[in-house]
Amino acid sequence: MPILTADMSAGTLVEWRKKPGDALKRGDIIALVETDKGLIDIEVFTPGVLETIVVQPGATVPTGTVLAVIRDEAATGALPAPAGAPPPAPSPVVPPPPVAPAPPGRLRISPLARKLAAELGIDPAAVRGTGAGGAIRREDIEQAAAARAAAPAERPRAALERQARLRQAIAAAMARSKREIPHYYLATTIDMHGAMTWLAEENLKRSVPDRLLYGVLLIKAVALALKEVPELNSVWRGSEPVRSEAIHVGVAISLRGGGLVAPALHDTAGQSLGDLMRSFRDLVLRARSGGLRSSELSDPTITVTSLGEQGVESVFGIIFPPQVAIVGFGKIVERPWAVGGQLVARPVVTATLSADHRVSDGHRGGLFLAAVDRLLQAPALL
Amino acid sequence: MTRDEIRATVLRTLGEIAPEADLSTLKADVSFRDQLDVDSMDLLNFVVALHATLHVSIPEADYPKLATLDGCVEYLAGAGA
Repeated sequence: MPILTADMSAGTLVEWRKKPGDALKRGDIIALVETDKGLIDIEVFTPGVLETIVVQPGATVPTGTVLAVIRDEAATGALPAPAGAPPPAPSPVVPPPPVAPAPPGRLRISPLARKLAAELGIDPAAVRGTGAGGAIRREDIEQAAAARAAAPAERPRAALERQARLRQAIAAAMARSKREIPHYYLATTIDMHGAMTWLAEENLKRSVPDRLLYGVLLIKAVALALKEVPELNSVWRGSEPVRSEAIHVGVAISLRGGGLVAPALHDTAGQSLGDLMRSFRDLVLRARSGGLRSSELSDPTITVTSLGEQGVESVFGIIFPPQVAIVGFGKIVERPWAVGGQLVARPVVTATLSADHRVSDGHRGGLFLAAVDRLLQAPALL
Repeated sequence: MTRDEIRATVLRTLGEIAPEADLSTLKADVSFRDQLDVDSMDLLNFVVALHATLHVSIPEADYPKLATLDGCVEYLAGAGA
């Protein structure tokens, strides 16, 4: 069971999309899993042949549990095993937990985690530690408490129950963010006259399915600006930031009935605006109908959120751990704007940055927002 | 297509975009945005789906005419759906 979001601790196997004996290639959808974020398609990361299904539909298992075993077909082909020789070692469908569990009978737990466990009524012996050598950390206890609250009941899962679990997952992630991440906040107002004029002309040339929304310009500008201030495109691992080579912008998508998800638009900077728009449209459809893929939930390296459609002029987001920054956009509004000494009416948008002060400073954050502004003044180059 | 057929197509398309919406209570002369939890991406998908189903070209400048059920029927009938 892969860890798809920072605070995910368990998932329910809904159905298998492949059967034993099926050939698998990287990216194939192998199973459907229900998590706090809804129904997620689980992708294959190891090509081969599905050998054994370990977890049956309906079972809820903790993250890190092996769901199925995939035989490494490439190894079999390259080095045919002699008759009677043992078959090549199969690999689990998801990587095993990064840290081995503590040996039986010896519980490694930090004093803080032990205190928290006592407060929350969690049995530390039943918690899988993710610290060094399998040590149980405070985060493990928090996740166990969240999983207990979110544990599926035997009765049918009503939409309201799913909503409540999603709310709990968001609460856990946001509370952790505010507790652990020293946020700093910046805002700037961007003239969107050039971008909106270009967009209107561009859409005249495009067929209905290929038309662009202005949101895709904002997302692409963010992705390109990250190349100039790459420390914002990082994730916090352990006690230090790890810079991501790939730029996978997560986009906050509100779900009907409440809650939100922020799945990744993979390789955001490398996609053309047309491709990015298609990906974005597809992502929103699937986010709202329960068809997200596992990598889309686990891969975002930064998040973009926009509340402009709700009439909000500026939004200062809370960073989604383990990311280190979130960019917000408000509504495009017409405001007086000085151009060449003359006051004119211009469509403007407020762009904000909430960033982790452990990783970057206001100076670099300011350069990032300035880059977003500059990139939006030349939309044809996005 | 008759207007009733266009209306049925619009409602079916809307149901695909916002499956949780109770379309039986939809007011035909009030905008979708004011009645349903839809955003610009939903409305774009709505227009794309209408385009694919009815084979009518819908310029972006005409999107506001598709804001209500009555508006959709009127516009699409006039566009030769």
